[in-house]
Amino acid sequence: MNLCNLTIAAAQKSLRARAFSARELTSAHIDAVTRLNPSLNAFITVTEGAALAQADAADAALAAGQAGPLAGIPLAIKDLFCTKGVRTTAASRILDNFVPPYESTVTEKLLADGAVFLGKTNLDEFAMGSSNMTSAFGPVVNPWRRRDDPGAVLVPGGSSGGSAAAVAAGMAMGATGTDTGGSIRQPAAFCGVAGIKPTYGRCSRWGVVAFASSLDHPGPFARTVEDCAILLGSMSGFDARDSTSVDRPVPDFATACRRGVRGLRIGVPREYRADGMPPAIEALWQQGLGWLRDAGAEIVDVSLPHTKYGLATYYIVAPAEASSNLARYDGVRFGHREPGHDLNDLYERTRAAGFGEEVKRRILIGTYVLSAGYYDAYYLRAQKIRTLILRDFTEAFAHVDALLTPTAPSAAFAQGEKMDDPVAMYLNDVFTVPANMAGVPAMSVPAGLDASGLPLGLQVIGRPFDEETVFAVSQLIEDAAGFRGLAGAAA
Amino acid sequence: MTYTIEGTTGPWEIVVGLEVHAQVISQSKLFSGAATDFGAAPNTQVSFVDAAMPGMLPVLNAECVAQAVRTGLGLNAQINLHSRFDRKNYFYADLPQGYQISQFEFPIVGKGQVDIELADGSLRTIGVTRLHLEQDAGKSLHDQDPQRSFIDLNRSGVALMEIVSEPDIRSPEEAGAYLRKLRTVLRYLGTCDGNMDEGSMRADVNVSVRKHGEDFRTRCEVKNVNSVRFVMLAIEAEAKRQVQIYEDGGSIVQETRLFDPARNHTRSMRSKEDAHDYRYFPDPDLLPLELDAHWVESLKASLPELPDAKRARFISQYGLPAYDAGVLVAEQATAAFFETVARGRDARLAANWITGDFFAALNRTGRSIETTPVPAEALGALLDLMADATINGRIAKDVFEIMVDTGEAPGAIVDRLGLRQVTDTGAIDAAVDAVLAANPDKLAEYRGGKEKLFGFFVGQVMKAMAGKGNPALVNEAIKRRLT
Repeated sequence: MNLCNLTIAAAQKSLRARAFSARELTSAHIDAVTRLNPSLNAFITVTEGAALAQADAADAALAAGQAGPLAGIPLAIKDLFCTKGVRTTAASRILDNFVPPYESTVTEKLLADGAVFLGKTNLDEFAMGSSNMTSAFGPVVNPWRRRDDPGAVLVPGGSSGGSAAAVAAGMAMGATGTDTGGSIRQPAAFCGVAGIKPTYGRCSRWGVVAFASSLDHPGPFARTVEDCAILLGSMSGFDARDSTSVDRPVPDFATACRRGVRGLRIGVPREYRADGMPPAIEALWQQGLGWLRDAGAEIVDVSLPHTKYGLATYYIVAPAEASSNLARYDGVRFGHREPGHDLNDLYERTRAAGFGEEVKRRILIGTYVLSAGYYDAYYLRAQKIRTLILRDFTEAFAHVDALLTPTAPSAAFAQGEKMDDPVAMYLNDVFTVPANMAGVPAMSVPAGLDASGLPLGLQVIGRPFDEETVFAVSQLIEDAAGFRGLAGAAA
Repeated sequence: MTYTIEGTTGPWEIVVGLEVHAQVISQSKLFSGAATDFGAAPNTQVSFVDAAMPGMLPVLNAECVAQAVRTGLGLNAQINLHSRFDRKNYFYADLPQGYQISQFEFPIVGKGQVDIELADGSLRTIGVTRLHLEQDAGKSLHDQDPQRSFIDLNRSGVALMEIVSEPDIRSPEEAGAYLRKLRTVLRYLGTCDGNMDEGSMRADVNVSVRKHGEDFRTRCEVKNVNSVRFVMLAIEAEAKRQVQIYEDGGSIVQETRLFDPARNHTRSMRSKEDAHDYRYFPDPDLLPLELDAHWVESLKASLPELPDAKRARFISQYGLPAYDAGVLVAEQATAAFFETVARGRDARLAANWITGDFFAALNRTGRSIETTPVPAEALGALLDLMADATINGRIAKDVFEIMVDTGEAPGAIVDRLGLRQVTDTGAIDAAVDAVLAANPDKLAEYRGGKEKLFGFFVGQVMKAMAGKGNPALVNEAIKRRLT
């Protein structure tokens, strides 16, 4: 048995049946990390010793019958989640020596449920990017290869590229990510794994290094929809330390996966039919709608008229918040410091050396759009559009139970592509950004391969706090697609 | 009487508005659970939120909100049930987040007013534009090391109320009266201790000058003035500077200035061109603040009696002169002290004692009403000893001084030192006879018409009786002998 191919659901049963130990499961994953990480660069920090200790504790708990639901499940943590005593970098030089004295709420919940943390995964610097090329710790390599061009090194997507690649390659059973404009869903689609951005307020942001506070959503990756449901159940819940956390009960997401779709109304937003969409993606979208129709769902055309403003609006709101959120990285209290001859010099040298190009670009954009005389034309107007985007969803959800769209406008591209044109890079997020603007839950589920054998994802968008329907629809697609993952593709 | 500055071109009016930063009295900071005690060792009251560690988030402290609402109610101001927190972005070493969380567009409190009384008895109303909640910054320490600056984040994140006045103030005296009144109201409400020397109340002063009847001219802002007296001096110095510039044919540039009390002048800190662009925007980590109208009503119902109402009551209930009533209500503790002393006694006599000998004793001993060596009950007992003629007023003053020194009860002092006044007419007559016999020349002068010597005889008799003679009986006895 290859312990690195299991689902979390299956491993939970096997661990309880003592078919193998948590230590065996964790060791197998550490071996995979040791073998694969030098080429994939998915992890920035590997915490082998702590992982084995957590696995031993899980074995003890399992033996005592006191194990939490995730006891012994080896996970990878995006290096944007603060982990107590474990270096947390946000893939930035400016935090390359930062060891948090506190544990983020989401990782604390996972630990409380018995999870094992293998280490911290690579990402675009401060989660700003769609390719993982902006990491100060080097790019992540997508474990998938084009059948017709196996020499091309592909990106895993971003920003949570390390987490997606680790799960796809069998280095971890699941992983945490954050999604500000698509940073879970787009890498999930590129790496052929499942990933969900839950409703804003469902998972606490406390202890997650902030990129754009009103858009940042923690969420899970896994190789199956059900595994995502299991992880999200552990990560969710009200947190008084996050004022935007929402106090409502956490449903049994895993059970919701089995609800089926009969009688559901599935919306097809006509504005997502982008010009120049690759035929394979268009075909997969129609295939997905067909599967749902066959399973008893009704397919309904809907309109989200402000979709075309989504990306432009996002690239005002997100950099604006980021320019303020990243002001604290000044070399004064923690993180990287470049000495200067006075305070301003210290700031300038520290931030010039500590931040990469993309981060600097977004800080500049954000500073610009918030400046006196520009605020009304950019930020205020963007917020108004944001309200309209939310209204689009609200009106659509008056008629349908969920929306189905492609996750990304292309399959994984090669390293170096799109790097000279930031706007081309930003277009990766055209289908994912609206759900962040509206705060509604959205999931990417792997649904097929393109002509080059690369995975493609479909996106299921649901009503606020109705992740259950999102899981049910995603599960149907997963089952219908029979997607077998990287291991399946290699076999 | 209008305050003006006399220039060579005639009189100039001044126009002043004040922005007062008042530190909110609360157990913990505006957005974190760290303590707020003054004077703690550096960086001992700092949470991860206050230090702006990565991933930390602000959570609004409800008590600070209640304090702001109470203050708004105390200033007869509009309470905004909907308000919002914004980020004010700028870099400074003692501003860990790189922004201050403040309320820019939608403050929690809107228009209100402060009524002030001037030395000539005239009354004025100064408008309050708004009150908003914001975080204080930390403190940079530049004097600890020749090379480096140190930072103390204890104050970082402490709640401040910024109280902005309308440009209604027309003289340094009005500015002083406004600040003192505001401080009194805040102390009554228990929302700010008003200690300007500890920095828990600071003022930014906006000053311009104009000729009578003109619109407002360009103003300058004098930052961070930390005493009432300095505010008054800063206004005068800045107004004179502006008059001088105008009369020399110059113009005023809008800028931020600092007041130097040692030189009694203001100097430029930064000009408008160098002014920060604070890039205000709504803080995405915090939801808009929505207040429940019933909650505001319940705070209103539990407000203490405020100084204006108390003063009016002291005048009507106790028959005090307006001035004395004003002095007694300036501090809540003094007013309470007075009411304890006055209960069931001669209220005007109580007021005289408190504003006279009692205040003098506090001054002399460096004590405050909170640490007074003479509790209200003891002062009341002293008044009782006078009222029932156990001692006379002169002896009472001596007894009071002993009370101040030893803390003894007045009755015990009177008994121990045998200060009970003498009402034995035989003893008084004997003392009078002895004094008259010892001063035949004065007696002759008196009889010759120098009637003001009567007081001399009274003094001598009292002296002979060690001050213990009942004054009325002594007077009577002397009168009897001299007619």
